[in-house]
Amino acid sequence: MTALMAVVVGALYAGAIYMMTRRSMVKLIIGLALLSHAANVLIFTAAGLKRGAAPLVPPGGALPAETTADPLPQALILTAIVISFSVLAFALALLHRTFKVSAAEDIDQIRSTEQ
Amino acid sequence: MKLILTLPLVIPLATAALCLLAWRFRSVQRMLGIAGAFALLAAGAALLHAVLRDGVVATQAGGWPAPFGITLVADLFSAVMVLVTGLIAAPVAVYSSANVDKRRESFGYHPLFHVLLLGVCGSFLTGDVFNLYVWFEVMLIASFVLIALGGERGQIEGALKYVTLNLMASAVFLAAAGLLYRTAGTLNMADLAVRLRTQTEPGLAGALAMLFLVAFGTKAAIFPLFFWLPASYHTPPVAVSALFAGLLTKVGVYALIRVFTLIFVHDTPFTHNLILALSGLTMITGVLGAMVQNDFRRILSFHIISQIGYMIMGLALFTPVAVAASVFYIVHHIIVKTNLFLISGITERLGGSHALKRLGGFYDSRPVLGLLFLVPALSLAGIPPLSGFFAKLSLVRAGLQVGSYAIVAAALAVSLLTLFSMAKIWAEVFWKPAPEGREQAAAPPGAARGMAALWLPVVALALLTLYLGLFPEHFYRVCERAAGQLLEPAAYIEAVLGARR
Repeated sequence: MTALMAVVVGALYAGAIYMMTRRSMVKLIIGLALLSHAANVLIFTAAGLKRGAAPLVPPGGALPAETTADPLPQALILTAIVISFSVLAFALALLHRTFKVSAAEDIDQIRSTEQ
Repeated sequence: MKLILTLPLVIPLATAALCLLAWRFRSVQRMLGIAGAFALLAAGAALLHAVLRDGVVATQAGGWPAPFGITLVADLFSAVMVLVTGLIAAPVAVYSSANVDKRRESFGYHPLFHVLLLGVCGSFLTGDVFNLYVWFEVMLIASFVLIALGGERGQIEGALKYVTLNLMASAVFLAAAGLLYRTAGTLNMADLAVRLRTQTEPGLAGALAMLFLVAFGTKAAIFPLFFWLPASYHTPPVAVSALFAGLLTKVGVYALIRVFTLIFVHDTPFTHNLILALSGLTMITGVLGAMVQNDFRRILSFHIISQIGYMIMGLALFTPVAVAASVFYIVHHIIVKTNLFLISGITERLGGSHALKRLGGFYDSRPVLGLLFLVPALSLAGIPPLSGFFAKLSLVRAGLQVGSYAIVAAALAVSLLTLFSMAKIWAEVFWKPAPEGREQAAAPPGAARGMAALWLPVVALALLTLYLGLFPEHFYRVCERAAGQLLEPAAYIEAVLGARR
């Protein structure tokens, strides 16, 4: 399972980088979305793929006998998803504005700040 | 909970919230913004005072003990950075009241300004790698909106590049944080410092160090990751440029210094020599980039990059003198660079442009402005007795002590080229006669409005530069102690984790 997930992570990173090297702005945003997905799945995979109960022990209770899953990586991913969601929403709005003010969809034409 | 550590976070957050409540009342927002920035300055001063007196201060938000709780910690370096944030926020908030137009104000300029400060202070005070990521994002989201606010074509196009490259750096940072958790089983910086010093997989730690170098290096705009900076920093209003130029890249430098003194010190011959090479290349490419520019703010933007090289040079040399020099350099640079941007706003207001060829004649019409420009400009180049001279002198001394002659030569050559570049601005903007078609007295209509609010911050920052230059030993002693704490993190670790280890 971990090997399969490693391939998935690699494919996500490859897809993200491929999309970002295109000249289209829409593909740039898709690339950024894939990049944050890749990072999230990477954390999820690296933290260990196992089924288990939450490691909650009542005060004075014994440690659970069955395996427990580490909840922290999932908390990290949840936070990261919320952040990337909001940032992508902003990036989409920015893309829309860029298209309106520059009338260009090709990133190579967006050069007015380079002169 | 220690109030002193939470105040630099609570004040900007409360100011931003109050500004949002006063959404329809621009002048109320403006007053709240200025009051909040001065309150932050006071909180920063109180924090530095407390850290100077008691040593490293730490607290656990939420009450869970470290390494499980949310750690806030301030050593001298953090406290100095928070104080400098206040020192920049207050003048820029005053400056904004005359520099930022009504439309930007009514679409949330003031709340965003303080959310940005919240992110910056949070990054300086957190003791946890993942929280550092979250504070970076707070800062970035506020900066994304600030840079695009107003919606001019240049702004939007600059923002697209800024957003894209910063999001890529964030993705690398996030992946690195996840893998670091997998490697060390903790994300608390003090706990990481303990565990990575004893762990047995130097290869993995080295790979992680490189991921962090890329992530923070992009935010700090080091070679070869700086391309977003000159593409975007000259596009928003001057107050925003000045705030960004002063603070944002320095948060990246802060993060680099933090992780490469506290966490990744297992293989310093490799990592720190790599940083040394990058610092030299950053200095040189930045200053060469500046030489070919013909726009006031674009020249200054390239100089930010070049100066970042000096800051990480101290980190790379990794001796107490060098790290102290780095801390001194960061503070000197933040004050000087913000001031130069603020001055570019005054010349733009009077001359109607940022392009060097359309400006001119200000030494004739405004000799005081010329003198005020010379203070930060000569300080940036490192002319005695200004603050930049002492910053560069101690870096050069540190370089000579460890025998890194190549980097010392690069640093000296780059400071000569910096002088050339500042002389170019001086000659074009101040010395040459005003261009045809612009009468000396006929400034654009409305130019006189709020000029005091533009002048006061510039004068205040110039006085700070003079103080740092004329009495460097006051602040240099603080920097030496800060460097001592950075290189001997035992006090930091004990403050966070308690004496049980």
